[in-house]
Amino acid sequence: MSNPRTAYLNARIVDPSAGRDEIGGLLVEDGRILDAGAAVSAETLADDVATIDCQGLTLIPGLVDIQVYAREPGAEHQETFATASAAAAAGGVTAFATMPNTDPVIDDVALVEYVRRLADDIGGVRIHPFAAATKGLRGTEMTEIGLLQAAGAVGFTDGGQAITEAQFMRRLMAYAAAHDALIWQHPEEPSLTTEGDMNDGETATRLGLIGIPTAAEVIMVERDIRLLELTGGRYHVGPLSTALSVEAVRRAKAAGLAITASTAPHYLALNELAVGDYRTFAKTAPPLRSEADRRAVVAGLADGTVDIVASGHCPQDAESKRLPFAQAAAGVVGLETLLPIALEQHHNQSVSLATILAALTAKPARLLKLPFGTLARGSAADFSLVDLDLAWRIDAEQLRSKSKNSAFDGKPVQGRVRRTYVDGRCLYDRDGEPPAS
Amino acid sequence: MSGLPDQLRHITGLAFRHRHLLGTEELSAQEIETILDLSETFVDQNRRVDKKLQALGGLTQINLFFETSTRTRTSFELAGKRLGADVINMSVSSSAIKKGETLIDTAMTLNAMHPDILVVRHPDSGAAELLSQKVDGAIINAGDGSHEHPTQALLDALTIRRRRGRLQGLVVAICGDITHSRVARSNIHLLTTLGAHVRVIAPPTLAPTAIDRLGVSLHHDIESGLRDVDIVMMLRLQTERMQGSFVPSKREYFHFYGLDAEKLRHAKPDALVMHPGPMNRGVEIDTTLADDLDRSVIREQVEMGVAVRMACLMLLTRHLTNR
Repeated sequence: MSNPRTAYLNARIVDPSAGRDEIGGLLVEDGRILDAGAAVSAETLADDVATIDCQGLTLIPGLVDIQVYAREPGAEHQETFATASAAAAAGGVTAFATMPNTDPVIDDVALVEYVRRLADDIGGVRIHPFAAATKGLRGTEMTEIGLLQAAGAVGFTDGGQAITEAQFMRRLMAYAAAHDALIWQHPEEPSLTTEGDMNDGETATRLGLIGIPTAAEVIMVERDIRLLELTGGRYHVGPLSTALSVEAVRRAKAAGLAITASTAPHYLALNELAVGDYRTFAKTAPPLRSEADRRAVVAGLADGTVDIVASGHCPQDAESKRLPFAQAAAGVVGLETLLPIALEQHHNQSVSLATILAALTAKPARLLKLPFGTLARGSAADFSLVDLDLAWRIDAEQLRSKSKNSAFDGKPVQGRVRRTYVDGRCLYDRDGEPPAS
Repeated sequence: MSGLPDQLRHITGLAFRHRHLLGTEELSAQEIETILDLSETFVDQNRRVDKKLQALGGLTQINLFFETSTRTRTSFELAGKRLGADVINMSVSSSAIKKGETLIDTAMTLNAMHPDILVVRHPDSGAAELLSQKVDGAIINAGDGSHEHPTQALLDALTIRRRRGRLQGLVVAICGDITHSRVARSNIHLLTTLGAHVRVIAPPTLAPTAIDRLGVSLHHDIESGLRDVDIVMMLRLQTERMQGSFVPSKREYFHFYGLDAEKLRHAKPDALVMHPGPMNRGVEIDTTLADDLDRSVIREQVEMGVAVRMACLMLLTRHLTNR
């Protein structure tokens, strides 16, 4: 930066990591935060500080998205690190973690290093790889958890594939506990989902599609909770889509287990009716559930049972979606729409703004032990300026992601990112103005 | 409208608001009655020596079948030909699909040849709906996965109406593999729309979740389910759609859910027995019962099928401009 110090003034500073929500500013030097809050104002600044008037916009820590299927390496026609990074910046996401479900699978130290190098070369938002929990995602052999963690893997998961064998899972969790490594489970019992198309219930029956019962999710969550009681360690489960599994996690937390849980924006905003007349863009794994389940997931977010909202960004090309429902690929893109869809729960007064933003910033950063998602002094200047109330309509064709498989095309939302900064550098500016004066 | 014979001139004025026939769920009672009334014309026509009309002369009908079928395809073919349309049958094996050509590729290729009517059967639910978004002609769903098979329900309704004079107030039992049956869904929607009372009889593994939300009552015991019903519709066990084990054996299935004279005694004395075919004799229906001309209307259903499909073809093409 040409100016050593820059102050972002006249903003609403919301930083859940410090319980802060006040009018003030942010002072940045060499890409790091010097100070944030009401104390930063035009009167208190030295003369040589460059100032940017935020015109009353809300300044929040950069979002940390813990679940992105980046598709690189192997499916670059669907998404690359560069396009995912651009989408992230436009969505206010300054750091994301990638799932290992690529070709090749990220199950080896060299591959973790490769992903990190690729991500560095982009020079975009921060990208941190999850490594596979099992070699080749086959669910039978552990990956080198200790070595992979040392190489920079932020955790271990088979991504959208559940780790099914109970004895294997028990050993995996026990082994990972010794390395304080995070194990993330996809909550679906495969034998109840493999032939399934959508949520089990009236809509599936009407459409002649095969139903996936909510039991498929809670069976896996309950089983893992029993294993966690045996092994200890850090266990994460998500995305949660059902009332039953949210309740299971609530009870496990009350019992003092080290369990954390996440959900995705589509489980907060949509129910099974979004499938309508075979809308494959509403096909997800786990499937969109009943309205009662959706409400329970929202309630879980509000009371902290659900710690984190992650996009589950899952790019699919049009050919994978323009198929009969049963044959179509599951998954939706979500990096750019993560914030406005989550904010819907703030605008409809279901969840407080601080809780939603904590689930998007401080809590995911803490889960991955990354020093981001905060405006604390000394931390990297990763933040965005947001017009919290701005009404707009999502247009899938305008998304920066290479794939346009949004479940929210045409949806009116409120709240839009105006600028995104990483290390004090402006990566996205919706208004096209120069980032510093 | 010079192509229309006198007895069909009224159809341009009939109430039918659909461009495609994808299912019975979207049909109103009036629209169903319209189709059935028009079908009656063709029942008479089909019993003459000279069965051929030129009402659809110049139009092209493609029967696009992604699943093997003899009776439905033949029925649609006869229906089209008796109305004077040029009918082409295309059977696409599932292996060809796996070679990379998708349903939409196939449909777009055919669409470029300007068919006026596409009759589609496909193993996936929603396939007909998907095609209807992509092609210019009228789509008739001849069965999509476990979703709908509207012309089957219409021909069943015509058969019943001709025997009983009405559907309103009748008690109809649909028995068998409901989960995998598009015939069951189409019949449930149509019969409830026309005011019949529908009971569904199936073992729990073959009854879909929340089936009662479709306005029917569910029975696991065939004897209570058949008590005093007017109509018994038997369904085929669709083993080709079953992934895994749903019933212990065909022998046990027949013992508890197969229709024989003994179980039929619980129905009304004059109850009609129906089956969409093809039948598995000795699995869902006793073979002597299937052939009992006093009770079984299975062959009549086949006859009504051609007439109903002619009516559907007429209604969906009646507004084509250069006729």
